[in-house]
Amino acid sequence: MNETSEALSRYHFPAADCSRIPYGMYRDAEVYELEQERIFRGKVWNYLALEAEIPNPGDFRTIAVGDTPVIVNRARDGNLHAFVNRCAHRGSIVQRQLHGNARGHICCYHQWSYNLEGELVSIPFRRGVKGVGGLDADFDPKCHSLRRLKVESLNGVIFGSFADDVEPLEEFLAPPFVAQLKRLFHAPVKVLGYQRQRIFGNWKLYSDNVRDPNHGGLLHMFQITFGIARLSSVGGATLDAEGKHNMSWTAQGKPVEESKDSGYGDTARGDMDIKLRDPSLLEYRKEFPDDRSLTIASIFPNCTFQQIGNTLAVRQFRTRSADEFEVVSTFYGYEHDDAAMTKHRLQCANLAGPAGLVSMEDGEAVELVHRAIVRDKQSHSVVEFGGKGAVKDQENLVTDVPIRGFWLHYCKLMGIQPGAEA
Amino acid sequence: MQTTMQLHYEIEQLLAAYAALIDADRLEEWLDLFDEDSQYEIIARENVEQNLPLSLMLCDNKDMLRDRVMSLRKANIYNIHVDCHVLSLLRITSAAEDRCSADASFALFQSNQEGESRLFSVGRYEIEAKPSAQGWRLRKMRVVVDTGAVLTLLATPI
Repeated sequence: MNETSEALSRYHFPAADCSRIPYGMYRDAEVYELEQERIFRGKVWNYLALEAEIPNPGDFRTIAVGDTPVIVNRARDGNLHAFVNRCAHRGSIVQRQLHGNARGHICCYHQWSYNLEGELVSIPFRRGVKGVGGLDADFDPKCHSLRRLKVESLNGVIFGSFADDVEPLEEFLAPPFVAQLKRLFHAPVKVLGYQRQRIFGNWKLYSDNVRDPNHGGLLHMFQITFGIARLSSVGGATLDAEGKHNMSWTAQGKPVEESKDSGYGDTARGDMDIKLRDPSLLEYRKEFPDDRSLTIASIFPNCTFQQIGNTLAVRQFRTRSADEFEVVSTFYGYEHDDAAMTKHRLQCANLAGPAGLVSMEDGEAVELVHRAIVRDKQSHSVVEFGGKGAVKDQENLVTDVPIRGFWLHYCKLMGIQPGAEA
Repeated sequence: MQTTMQLHYEIEQLLAAYAALIDADRLEEWLDLFDEDSQYEIIARENVEQNLPLSLMLCDNKDMLRDRVMSLRKANIYNIHVDCHVLSLLRITSAAEDRCSADASFALFQSNQEGESRLFSVGRYEIEAKPSAQGWRLRKMRVVVDTGAVLTLLATPI
């Protein structure tokens, strides 16, 4: 499967530790095509949805894995299923609604009907009219189900995989990320709503961004200015053994001594004396056993679980082309939240998402890079904060080592050997 | 009849000023159109239709709105652009001595420094206003955007 393709042979990763990333990997349409097969349909688990979104039999949501349209639903027996939202007949979208409750899914084009397991159960005029027309007698509906994904759920978080030989979900997530999902989903959740963002850049610039703790305290000035997190805060990055996932975190209540040399030096990040008139959205109401008030856990390849103070959300990246992707964020709280806590979460949501006081810059940063790397595709991005070489847990925030972890795993799945002679 | 037309004119002028001040990047003056006790919200139609409360931007009081503007000026980094609002006819939905509700649709275009324009957002304003010594002021502005898929990012108010 991982034979070197012509597209990949165009680009050279000169460093075995992925401390150099060729720009062309972010712009090449053929690389993008390969990613759909080798990354999103490869040996990975993609985040699909939350069980809280489809609590009842027949509940469904239509989503995308990479750029493939997918239906995720709950069957009559309560089991979860996911399949490609494309009719086995002529390739039409089957379920056109974004969400709902259905007995099955019927394609509007020729009324082929599928059950909640994705099996083809009915074809109008299959035998024609009075024995004339219709399908041949040897047509076997069992061979024309919707293409199914493997599905597993952990504490109500649903993942799906196109690869039959993928390892079990918990093994794929690895202990730190199983623990983080159990931490975030320790109690039943309720969905508070959705935010969507279209970014006109390559999806990997975004997956790099969420693996780059170093930018948080430099680009996102709101959080620096108002003390949510600075690069001098207690924090770090936690990785799995392969380094493909990353959790950047900072802890509340343990400020590192700020010396006169804060590290910010001549940056434009000067004015830290201004105050919010209503700082209520900065208030963190401690709700986990640990001190971590900010955790950004990114699971390879398509999602990030964010906790920014008391605002909780999962972001799903849906690719659209080499030059565009969508981030769909599902914000949630807990069923046991009282009205005051729900209100607090809704106010804190001002910090996150496309209009987020903390996060709005990410869309701009991705597009700034994407625009500038249109040429010189063999030139390289430099990824050396936190040191070169081995990819491992980081004990402060001045690091971008997790980006290299992503790329090492990406290269493995794509069939690229970083550091090999061109 | 005279009263109704006068009211319609005054609320329309309030909305016209609202849009013009955003388009001119005079956000500090834009704040003056809001009552001290006011709420500003931008919410996606997708959430409204599903009875989900999450907004894109939510300022429950005027201080939060002031903080938004201050943060744009001092902290946030966003795409350099100018806004251009195109407003529909206004409709008064209810009126009394001390309050007035109205709605109107909008299209908001953004243009970059090189003069490239794109349709940034379409949706509807749901307006609640109250009279003051300076004229009508906004008590509540709820912006329901059909363009729930925000292009790049949402920094300046809609």
